[in-house]
Amino acid sequence: MNTPKNLKYASSDEWVLIEGDVATLGVSDYAQDQLSDVVFFETTVAVGDTLEKNAIIATIESVKAAADVKSSVSGKVIEINEALADTPELINSDPYGAAWMIKVELANPQEAEVLMDAEAYAAFCETRGH
Amino acid sequence: MVEPTIYEISSNGRVGFRFPESDVPRVDLPDRLKRSDLPFPEVSEVDVVRHFTHLSTLNYSIDKGFYPLGSCTMKYNPKVNEAAARIPGFSATHPLQPIETVQGNLALMYGLQEFLKEISGFAAVTLQPSAGAQGEFVGVKIIKAYHQSRADEKRTRILVPDSAHGTNPATSSMTGYEVVGVPSDARGNVDLASLRDICDETIAGLMLTNPNTLGLFDENVLEVIEIVHQVGGLVYGDGANLNALLGIARPGDLGFDVMHFNLHKTFSTPHGGGGPGSGPVAVTQKLADFLPAPIIGIVEEATEDVPPLYGFITPPKTIGRVKAFHGQFGVLVRAYTYIRMHGPDGLRKIAEHAVLNSNYLLSLLRHRYTLPYDRTYMHEFVLEGVWADAPDVQALDIAKRLMDYNFHPPTNYFPLIVREALMIEPTETESKQELDAFATAMLKIADEAHSTPALLKEAPHNTPIGRLDEVKAAKELVLCCWLPEQE
Repeated sequence: MNTPKNLKYASSDEWVLIEGDVATLGVSDYAQDQLSDVVFFETTVAVGDTLEKNAIIATIESVKAAADVKSSVSGKVIEINEALADTPELINSDPYGAAWMIKVELANPQEAEVLMDAEAYAAFCETRGH
Repeated sequence: MVEPTIYEISSNGRVGFRFPESDVPRVDLPDRLKRSDLPFPEVSEVDVVRHFTHLSTLNYSIDKGFYPLGSCTMKYNPKVNEAAARIPGFSATHPLQPIETVQGNLALMYGLQEFLKEISGFAAVTLQPSAGAQGEFVGVKIIKAYHQSRADEKRTRILVPDSAHGTNPATSSMTGYEVVGVPSDARGNVDLASLRDICDETIAGLMLTNPNTLGLFDENVLEVIEIVHQVGGLVYGDGANLNALLGIARPGDLGFDVMHFNLHKTFSTPHGGGGPGSGPVAVTQKLADFLPAPIIGIVEEATEDVPPLYGFITPPKTIGRVKAFHGQFGVLVRAYTYIRMHGPDGLRKIAEHAVLNSNYLLSLLRHRYTLPYDRTYMHEFVLEGVWADAPDVQALDIAKRLMDYNFHPPTNYFPLIVREALMIEPTETESKQELDAFATAMLKIADEAHSTPALLKEAPHNTPIGRLDEVKAAKELVLCCWLPEQE
């Protein structure tokens, strides 16, 4: 399982990349592996929306299950990965790269500090089995 | 061998019958109404009969074999139900006939309402909803109507435990409520501390499936209901798993306010593609006025020589009609027949044997499959279809391999709180031999998962069509071999 060191992770399996006051969000390698083949992706927010922490930002459907994606930070949506709706399989093949979902202008940059680092998240996934 | 489609059998100019010579003048249609590209199959009568007869033999059904589809209660449907539903007095009537001419039908519906009241411990029943999901929708609409009737507008949220039926959140959402999940505790019960934390005066109600989708009876059900009642919420009971409780416990006595039944599960009416379903709803006295209209009642009391006159009654604060006419009447006849054939003691035996069969089967499997909650189960149980020392194999592969042993696969990947879930419900209708044969196949598959995993990954091998491409099926939604041209 891949957990890049430069990212922060939520217990609900989203990753966050913090660059200045902008956060990029997606779901982890562990999440895509649990979901198996993703067949549908839809964002439920629009550019300009203000998000509260833990707001639902997208829905993913795989051949096994449907899952909501939450925003682990609060702020304003400034960009959405429009390509992902047509190519949801990127969530399986490149969860930390091409399958980024939204970018958020952080309302409260301290929020990211409570998220797990790569090491803690990898250990957390280990406790849940594979 | 794969049966060709009816279009592939088609041969130019072949017909099933010929029209007689026309005895009226021929009129040509205007060109704008004509098209030359409508590919109806051109086949003879015997082509059609053989094609569909062959297809029907490829079907897997409860009449053909064991069907352990958890949470669906795929029990055998006794043929006497069919005989009753085909009695011309039932099958040849019309819902718009004057009530005086269909008293037998109405007496049956009234009787079924009374049976369901007694079985569930509630005060009133509607037979209208045409499936379990519609029953849920009606139940939550009633909860909403109740709060609105008291000008209690602050209740915007419905609680749904993570072990609930998948339709429960959908129902709450469709009714306009915000859905709030409640986690399970380590024993598979509703987590009481979390429930207390979430409960406040914005809670309209809780939707509880009991036994839940793990097949576990919530050990704290009375306390769960009490916590929700204390903040003014109502408790909805999802009756999908009622088969485990028949004649033993009544949801109304436990404190539930409203519930639905699945006649096509608990009361042995046709199920799945064969339906239609039927989802009657029962409520306590304080909710009876909100039931969909009409319900069946006695409109003229019996006298010494004359039986009562049954007719339609509109509850005073009804949420309205939810189905054309009076529900799935043919299904109601089957469920009524089933209840009459078994009687109160027989219904209790059904629940006892459903629970016994489930625990017997579990006892044969639990040493080879991981059981996430170590408890005595009700009518179904959930195993993990995954082993640390057979990392390539998943629940889906086990399900597919079961088809090679001529068993219908169990429900898989539900509930979501169990990884690689396999939800198995044998029902009371299966014999010890059948359960033993299924367990033998499951144990053999566990061996194969370790010795020859490729056998599972590529399964099924013995079915007319092998492993289907589920990704393609989900993404390329083309079900038709021919589509009209878009203009």
